Amino acid sequence: MTVASNDIEVLVAHATAEIRACSNLADLEQIRIRLLGKKGELTNQLKSLGQMEPEARRIAGAVINTAKEQLAATLDSRRDGLESEQLAKQLASETIDVTLPGRGQAVGGLHPVTRVRQRIEKLFSRAGFTVVDGPEIEDDWHNFEALNIPGNHPARAMHDTFYFGDGRLLRTHTSPVQVRAMQKMHAPLRVIAPGRVYRCDSDMTHTPMFHQVEGLVVDEHISFANLKAVLHDFMKSFFEADVGMRLRPSYFPFTEPSAEVDISCVACDGKGCRVCKQTGWLEVAGCGMVHPNVLRSVNIDPERYTGYAFGMGVERLTMLRYKVTDIRLYFENDINFLKQFN
Amino acid sequence: MKISLQSLSRWVDTGQDVPALSHALTMAGLEIEGQSTVAPAMSGIVVAKVLATTKHPDAEKLTVCRVYDGQQEVQIVCGASNVRANINVPLATVGSTLPNGMQIKQAKLRGVESFGMLCSAKELGLAEESQGLLELPDDLQIGQDIVRALSLDDVIFEINLTPNRGDCMSVLGVAREVAAQHGVQLAMPEQPAIKANHDEVFPVVIESEGCTKFVSRIIRNINPGSRSPFWLQEQLRRSGVRSINAIVDITNYVMLELGQPMHAYDLAKLQSGIVVRQAGADEQIALLDGKTITLKPDVLVIADHHQAVALAGVMGGLTTAISDVTTDVLLEVALFQPDAIAGRGRRYGLVTDASQRFERGVDFNLQERAIELATQLILECAQGQAGPTHVTGQSSIVRRPISLRHERIDRVLGHVISIDEVTGILASLGISIISESKNPMVWQVVPPSWRFDLSIEEDLIEEVARIYGYDRIPAKAETVATHLQPITETQIPVERCALLLVDRGYQEAITYSFTDPLLQTALLPDALAMTLSNPISAEMAVMRLSLWPGLIQAFQQNQKRQQSRVRLFETGRQFSGDGSQETTVIAGVAGGLLLSKQWAAPSTQVDFYDVKADIEALLVLTGRACLFTFEKATHPALHPGQSARIVCEGKSVGWIGALSPMLVKSLDLVYPPVLFELDLSVTFITQIPEFKEISKFPLVRRDLAVQVEEGTQFAEIADLVRQSAGPLLKELNIFDVYQGAGVEKGKKSIALGLNLQDTSRTLTDVEVDAVVTRVVNHLAQRLDARLRD
Repeated sequence: MTVASNDIEVLVAHATAEIRACSNLADLEQIRIRLLGKKGELTNQLKSLGQMEPEARRIAGAVINTAKEQLAATLDSRRDGLESEQLAKQLASETIDVTLPGRGQAVGGLHPVTRVRQRIEKLFSRAGFTVVDGPEIEDDWHNFEALNIPGNHPARAMHDTFYFGDGRLLRTHTSPVQVRAMQKMHAPLRVIAPGRVYRCDSDMTHTPMFHQVEGLVVDEHISFANLKAVLHDFMKSFFEADVGMRLRPSYFPFTEPSAEVDISCVACDGKGCRVCKQTGWLEVAGCGMVHPNVLRSVNIDPERYTGYAFGMGVERLTMLRYKVTDIRLYFENDINFLKQFN
Repeated sequence: MKISLQSLSRWVDTGQDVPALSHALTMAGLEIEGQSTVAPAMSGIVVAKVLATTKHPDAEKLTVCRVYDGQQEVQIVCGASNVRANINVPLATVGSTLPNGMQIKQAKLRGVESFGMLCSAKELGLAEESQGLLELPDDLQIGQDIVRALSLDDVIFEINLTPNRGDCMSVLGVAREVAAQHGVQLAMPEQPAIKANHDEVFPVVIESEGCTKFVSRIIRNINPGSRSPFWLQEQLRRSGVRSINAIVDITNYVMLELGQPMHAYDLAKLQSGIVVRQAGADEQIALLDGKTITLKPDVLVIADHHQAVALAGVMGGLTTAISDVTTDVLLEVALFQPDAIAGRGRRYGLVTDASQRFERGVDFNLQERAIELATQLILECAQGQAGPTHVTGQSSIVRRPISLRHERIDRVLGHVISIDEVTGILASLGISIISESKNPMVWQVVPPSWRFDLSIEEDLIEEVARIYGYDRIPAKAETVATHLQPITETQIPVERCALLLVDRGYQEAITYSFTDPLLQTALLPDALAMTLSNPISAEMAVMRLSLWPGLIQAFQQNQKRQQSRVRLFETGRQFSGDGSQETTVIAGVAGGLLLSKQWAAPSTQVDFYDVKADIEALLVLTGRACLFTFEKATHPALHPGQSARIVCEGKSVGWIGALSPMLVKSLDLVYPPVLFELDLSVTFITQIPEFKEISKFPLVRRDLAVQVEEGTQFAEIADLVRQSAGPLLKELNIFDVYQGAGVEKGKKSIALGLNLQDTSRTLTDVEVDAVVTRVVNHLAQRLDARLRD
């Protein structure tokens, strides 16, 4: 028995050395099969126990089992070691440069004028205004007559109108949408009308097409003080700043009283700079109380209802918001310009 | 309009604080757009008297002058031809600085010492051009600083007047505003009536209602060719008006001062008498500016018994104009109805100082004062003998009273202004209260003769608010009844479509709604477009029938700027040929690199299928993408083999295709773009999604590779497969299209994946095989397709 016991000791010692020297998982598996497999050396030893005396078998069995457990543990630990080595190697080989740019389609962007228009629409929508629109090819009645601007009115000179030669024209402002909205929806109503408008004028500071947002509220108790409040709220929200605002008497045939809306210069905080021509103020909109003649032209009783209206230039607000210095860039559609607003 | 501070201060106490005055005017609706000084900065220039002159010994054109500068006599060498003894001129003394920055030093001119320089108007910055020395009035104090002597420390306000304030188109009018603002009285100077030296009048007949009043006067024997004195020229200059001759200058001055346009005729050129009448059809008149225009009967003219001699209220005629030989003058101060003048001048491209004032309305109590002032000045500047003032027409106008309710002021403004304050404001504006009733407070008022913009209660409310101060009306938030606005879920907002394209790498463009007719015709040869009568340029002359012309131009421009990848879209309206339809579309153009240059993707160029994927993504938004089909169709702007009409339930909703190679060439494009357009309102309608049972049973996939004729469209195959497979087919995809080795010439191989599933049970192999067999058979029968191994 000592012989057998000695044999096993030798076997374990050899096998342990072999396992420790093994450098890959496949070889390790071969070793395992040779030692502990169905026909493995230790397995065979166990099989041979059957021919022994019971006492000798018990002793030899214990020795063999101990050896088997010992080898199994050594194999496991070597496998773990080899596996983590292999993983480390794999990870090392799979390492990439994470600072390289990603692959695929780039994202584009909205036009700055659209960005601002949407912002205006959103702000007013939250205050209960409905967005409405009207045709860009208008008739004289909606663009002028119904807005209290008869044929020879000097105010027509302020509108360099594009004509089609058949009485139709390109709307010079979004104000005709006021008329259409009142015809369709009657009083009370709260609407804004964003859209393209056209003036026959093109130079450093004018493009023949631009965008306006018209606002109109008609109800039983609407006053100039309300108009002042809504515009000041809007200006503060739009610029996300506590901008000052003043209304300055002006003239629009379709409002009475009328006013220009000035805000304290957003570029210099009203201190005076190039943007505001040193005045500290920026003209950003026109407004007023809806003229009774306009209400009458759409069969709304001006004794019962009053209303306010305002109109603002989207390009102008875009310039102020994004510090664009040249209005003509808006419609050149140079990608280098457009991308700046993505 | 330009108004000088000094001219204002003749009429009203303007106070010392110029910025405050400017601010007050702006806040009263007379926006001060600009402010400038009358003359540039200068120092050390004084009024001097030339005592004697002698020829320069060595220079033909130079004169040696003895000049008194108020303290001493100095020797000055001068090159001006008008230099002579006994005239007053500006002297730039040694050490002084001219407006152009030039420093005056003692100098030797051709060997003769000169202690300073005598100046022209140009050298003092008082004129763009001038000849010779500026000759100063005799009554100036010698030695006085020129800035003081000529009141050059004046300020000029540039006022942006609104069209309703015709009454402010004069020094008097603005002064009246200042007085109302400051609550002070206007210092209206006395205007003495000029005594007649003879009793001759020129006959005047008013035949048209467009003329209310015609005041005239004959002045005989004036000095022909008289020039205006310096002060008058200077007044005109400060108002931005050029000096012509004394008579014309005086009529202009009276207009600038009082707001009453007037005209002077050469009496010798007038025949028999004046008739104010409507023009005859096609009557012609040669105007002062040299143009001859043909009139219509709605134009009012001043005529003599022979011909029209002036376009009433707009411009005088050429034949009767004051010339350098005129000795007898007929002055006209007329009052025309704004309606009779409005728009007439503009029709002929004439917007004159006179027409602007008459269109807006002229004070109907001003005519006599104006003719007296003009007469007085003419006698001062050009001598002559004045006849009596001759008034034809109405002498006064009755105006309708307007009611003003105190309650209505509160209601419109949302702010209470006290009754006393309202009364005070009305008075300050010259609005007379003819009666009032209390509880409730109502005023009956009549506007002053100079205001034509006050006819209804709201006009008065604005006046009250304006003088009260818009700033003093506190803002007040509305009380709005809360009710939620409906939001439709069945129309996809245009913003969503735009953002989808943005996320797929498109940049939004905004192009003009009018476009180049040549380009548009090249793209859409058969379509007629709305044409502008007065386009800004020939390239922007027609309304767009499609967004493509504008987008293609933007594409082209970007390509010229060396962009290797251009993807643009726009949402906007296109206009039908008769202008009756405005359709909002979303359209785009993509060309060049599909992806921006990058390290890990090949540099492929955008083609039809790339853009089609973008369209398909847009259509997914509708939740009914399966209803849209791409039908092979030709479009004049597109490549005939690479264009499709996008159809939904039999209705065309848009186009996609590669730009026609001919156009690519003629537009000089480096890479051919793919274009698309979709009608927004009909395309982007969606249904509210409705839940369907999810199958718990396995999906069976079968792949088929079939060989078909090269020209067979995928859509035909797909339709047939779907039809044949029936409801068990959940999904059909195409995963390969192949031509080459192993496939007959003229044929192509298409690989299809069929996903089959039932909602109530697991499909058996037999069932699946039956479906596949049916599909294969139908493909073979109808499309001559052969199964590949």
